[in-house]
Amino acid sequence: MIDIIQQLINGISLGSIYALIALGYTMVYGILRLINFAHGDIFMVGAFIGFFALGSWGLPFVPGLFVAMLGSAILGMIVERFAYRPLRTAPRISLLITAIGVSFLLENLMVLLVGASPRSFPQSISLEIYEMGGLILTNRQIIILSIAIGLMIVLQLIVMKTKIGKAMRAVSQDREMAQMLGINIDRVIAFTFALGSALAAAGGVLVGLYFNKIEPYMGVMPGLKAFVAAVLGGIGIIPGAMLGGFILGVAEVLVSAFISSTVRDAVAFVILIVILLVRPSGILGKHMREKV
Amino acid sequence: MRKNVLVLISLIIVLILAQLSKSLDPYFYQILLFFGINTILAVSLNLINGFTGQFSIGHAGFMAAGGYLSAALSVYQGEKIINYLAFLPKDFAQGLVFFVFVLIGGIFAGLLGILIGIPTLRLKGDYLAIATLGFGEIIRVIIYNMEIVGGPRGFPGIPKYTDITWVAFWSFICILVVYRLIHSSHGRVIISIREDETASEAMGVNTTFYKVFSFSVGAFFAGIAGGLFAHYLMMLHPSSFTFMRSVEILLMIVLGGLGSITGSVFGAFVLTVLPEALRGFAHLRLIIYSLALIIMMLVKPLGLMGNKEVSLYRLIKKFAKDRE
Repeated sequence: MIDIIQQLINGISLGSIYALIALGYTMVYGILRLINFAHGDIFMVGAFIGFFALGSWGLPFVPGLFVAMLGSAILGMIVERFAYRPLRTAPRISLLITAIGVSFLLENLMVLLVGASPRSFPQSISLEIYEMGGLILTNRQIIILSIAIGLMIVLQLIVMKTKIGKAMRAVSQDREMAQMLGINIDRVIAFTFALGSALAAAGGVLVGLYFNKIEPYMGVMPGLKAFVAAVLGGIGIIPGAMLGGFILGVAEVLVSAFISSTVRDAVAFVILIVILLVRPSGILGKHMREKV
Repeated sequence: MRKNVLVLISLIIVLILAQLSKSLDPYFYQILLFFGINTILAVSLNLINGFTGQFSIGHAGFMAAGGYLSAALSVYQGEKIINYLAFLPKDFAQGLVFFVFVLIGGIFAGLLGILIGIPTLRLKGDYLAIATLGFGEIIRVIIYNMEIVGGPRGFPGIPKYTDITWVAFWSFICILVVYRLIHSSHGRVIISIREDETASEAMGVNTTFYKVFSFSVGAFFAGIAGGLFAHYLMMLHPSSFTFMRSVEILLMIVLGGLGSITGSVFGAFVLTVLPEALRGFAHLRLIIYSLALIIMMLVKPLGLMGNKEVSLYRLIKKFAKDRE
């Protein structure tokens, strides 16, 4: 029993990181109907900016995190401006292929810049371990969880309470109508990318802190899994992405603890197939019939 | 009838050319061979992505499935069966066994395609992409955990049966099947799904059936390509079948043109030769790939040839007209 609770704690820490990445997917999908394959790589770039900010420049943890988020937000906007905006009216398949191209470009540029070998992340927060009745909890897990939840609350406030948040919701419901009502959709979409990328970067820095290892290809798997998390919760729905992220993290940790760690990477995809079969619109999604 | 004779003659010509190319420099021979295998992969993926308008990015998974199965058959059963067939000339028996094993690998991949296609092809566009990608990864994870085919250590000791003649034969069959399929009435239905799925469903087309059908034909040929690949390299490793491989195949058809068979062949050619030309700068190569993909989509989203075909017949006719 204590084992299961322990794994649940680990799973929730991992899940909060998935949730952060999944939020970016879900927001971009909600607004552009695009699976932003490059999102996992923006997460990776965020981790690397964090690496340099915390390591080479010696910033403390929180400012370093902000630098990473800011840098990734700018990168996200650049990607949107030059790769996705010219294709706004193109078929969605072209957009998807472009996204794959951007993803590979970011990975390989990073390999060219920093090399392909993994690096250990600066440990700017020293590890403390608390033990409570057989349960092991580290201060890093607490930090990860609190930062993740804090950011989610901030996001929720931005989306629900601010003017630009309202515009985002309007564009995701009906882009043309929003445009007719005088919303500058280019700005809203750029803002969405910035927001999603910043969250992904936060996830990247937290992953660096948690697993202590970063490399240029680290974004591929978490990116795909975060997408699964977004689909699981109902794509386009912000609370759904959070829920999906937590469920996925817990499922993955439980499987690797009690079944086998080698099938861990398959868990997410099995969940994906099952959810697509049983409830394609996701846990929190509403079923929508396609109209001509 | 005349058409069939023509096909047979061209097959024989292709095979003779293949036989002749065996005297080539081994380096060029190998490039030619990989060009053939890539052609099979590209044309079969184009059937799914270009003609049916679905979006699969798990082609490497089917290639792995077919490759591993046929390799396992020849490693564990090959000798035994060849010994049973001792009454036949040795080369012939070997060739027959190889043909059957590659075919079994292909059929297995095709069945897998049906299995995977039925649930996922109900999905549209990008969901489908992710689902196929997921399946590609699941296949790889399964191989990774199968001790009998070496798991993470790779699968060595596969007999070297593949030569250029076999590759030429299978590429020819693949192109022929896809070409004839597209120009049949079934092909028209498949294209109608690409053009407008809702409309074609409203016309009474069983879209799911046709989507699964073309998906599994594509998977079948990917499995064949996997078998050829395995019996050429004599060694398989799960890391040869990552997402990167699927993207490479995708790039071939995007470059050549979604919905053009000659375009796919051309794309396969470029992406086989280009890495060799850029061998000196391995990393730059991947950057060039990705930039090519992005620029291609921004400038010419339909690929170099769009959905047009290059045909010798039309070229000659045009040439003759110009002369007049």
